[in-house]
Amino acid sequence: MTGLAPPAAQVRAAPKPAGGRGGSLWWMALPALAIFAVFGIVPLVGVLVLSFTRWDGIGAIHPAGFESWRAVLTDPGLPHALWVTFLVMALSWAFQTPMSLLIGVFLAGRQRYRELLAVIYFIPLLLSSAALAITYKALLDPNFGLGAGFGIPFLAQDWLGRGNLALGVVVFVVSWQFIPFHALIYQGGVRQIPITLYEAAQIDGAGRLRQFFSITLPQLKYTVITSSTLMVVGSLTFFDLIFVLTEGGPGDATRVLALDMYKRGFQAYLMGPASAIAVILVLVGLALALLLRRLGGRDQSTSQMEGM
Amino acid sequence: MSTTLSTERGAGVETPPESGPFRAGGGWRRNWLGGAAGWLWLAIVVVPIYWIVITSLKSRTTYYAQNPFAPPTDPTLENYRSVVESDFARYFFNSVVVTLGSVLPAVLVSFMAAYAIVRGGAASRFLRGVNVLFLMGLAIPLQATIIPVYLIIIRLKMYDTLLAIILPSIAFAVPLSVLVLANFIRDVPKELFESMRMDGATEWGTLWHLAFPLTRPALVTVSIYNGLTIWNGFLLPLILTQSPDQRTLPLALWTFQGEYGVNVPAVLASVVLATLPIVVLYALGRRQLLSGLTVGFGR
Repeated sequence: MTGLAPPAAQVRAAPKPAGGRGGSLWWMALPALAIFAVFGIVPLVGVLVLSFTRWDGIGAIHPAGFESWRAVLTDPGLPHALWVTFLVMALSWAFQTPMSLLIGVFLAGRQRYRELLAVIYFIPLLLSSAALAITYKALLDPNFGLGAGFGIPFLAQDWLGRGNLALGVVVFVVSWQFIPFHALIYQGGVRQIPITLYEAAQIDGAGRLRQFFSITLPQLKYTVITSSTLMVVGSLTFFDLIFVLTEGGPGDATRVLALDMYKRGFQAYLMGPASAIAVILVLVGLALALLLRRLGGRDQSTSQMEGM
Repeated sequence: MSTTLSTERGAGVETPPESGPFRAGGGWRRNWLGGAAGWLWLAIVVVPIYWIVITSLKSRTTYYAQNPFAPPTDPTLENYRSVVESDFARYFFNSVVVTLGSVLPAVLVSFMAAYAIVRGGAASRFLRGVNVLFLMGLAIPLQATIIPVYLIIIRLKMYDTLLAIILPSIAFAVPLSVLVLANFIRDVPKELFESMRMDGATEWGTLWHLAFPLTRPALVTVSIYNGLTIWNGFLLPLILTQSPDQRTLPLALWTFQGEYGVNVPAVLASVVLATLPIVVLYALGRRQLLSGLTVGFGR
């Protein structure tokens, strides 16, 4: 997903020109290439083409020029969907990053009980988004769920019935599932920090807090960027969860771009405008990935991928 | 972030140097905030899971009468029985077919492509191009391509079949699988390839007799990652199938919830049943599964 990782692989390939040997191997890449071309590349080009057509999903496809684009770009639904997408992205990043960092540093300790905790932490990652959404829908029921269970009125709100609350629920459920994943990434990052750095800091008399901000955090810079890229780009694709949890509602309070595309395409049968939204989705994803890569600096982020 | 981490520096001096900063013992390094977050998170994770399990064992009347977090007074497997009876086996079987039918070919073709890219990339411009294409493919979100995929599936007359889910699933598993497998094949010492060549082995033979056994851990990891993604996949079945007998589990859960909405214990029993195979897998090979989850992103 950090897609734009430069062809690190290719650069590292043995530079010696073994004449013709590559030529005898090319066919081995063909099956993968063929299926990826048909269901990856062609659709990517196809979605752009379809955004200039009129199609109801069943009948014939007619060229329609900029009709769909005009409709989409003048529809106030688009800025709203972009805004909701941004909110979900920003809020889930802001909640997940500090929590994952804290838990990641905590898990980096090699105590037995922490390993046991880690076993439990990861269970949410095993559930499908559909299962998760169904569970939370029932658990957040104001009458028979969380609120009734703990007897705390605050928890007995109509969580999915009010716009802001529903958005908060989406952010929370996403975090519930993915914080352990990012904590795992941070755990790996923390364990790679040379111990000597801490020993030196200790001799200099730096406190725990000081050590965190002047050693742990700077050393984790590229881990933070990797994790953030995954969070941000991944948040564009929260379709399943939101679809089952709120269906974009109440009203259109949680109607993110991907859901907007689905509703226009497969519920209103306006495939042209839906394709235009899909193109916007791709562009936003690419822009974000590029932006984060720029922040990360080219060389370092490739070496992270190579670190595999 | 880690505020409150006041240190008793006196104790720090006594810490033996070999016990690194993250060892237990040296109390001076205790991370209070991290510990608090860790235990809090444990509660946040455990409460919903506990609730799913106990509620799935309650009868409908108990569910409405009892405190949601009290263990069932009359544990019953009735919910599980009714879920299994509503064609659950069929959906389960469909999910198995889709998952195995996607993962095995995806990993196989990715492995071949990764081998070709690593071994032939230096000499072949074509293979370098393929590599770049796959790397760029990592950035394509599945959702954004779903409309043309739907069109292609209709035109291929595959709409409402399991194959309609399988083929795009393979395609979207390829880029990451190739990336990870190529990284592993690259780690195989060059001398081994050379000596195979000396012995007159073909590239095809080298692929199977050298690269395959040496990259087996990576193959398992990649298979698990793809398997979990596809097992839990929702969008492709939603768009590309229609009839109940082609449903996979996540889609079935969603329709269950629509049909039995008020019967929460039964809905949760279906959640448990759909997740059970992965939980079993998790119990058997936790390490493999976790490295599968962070495949390509770790470190």
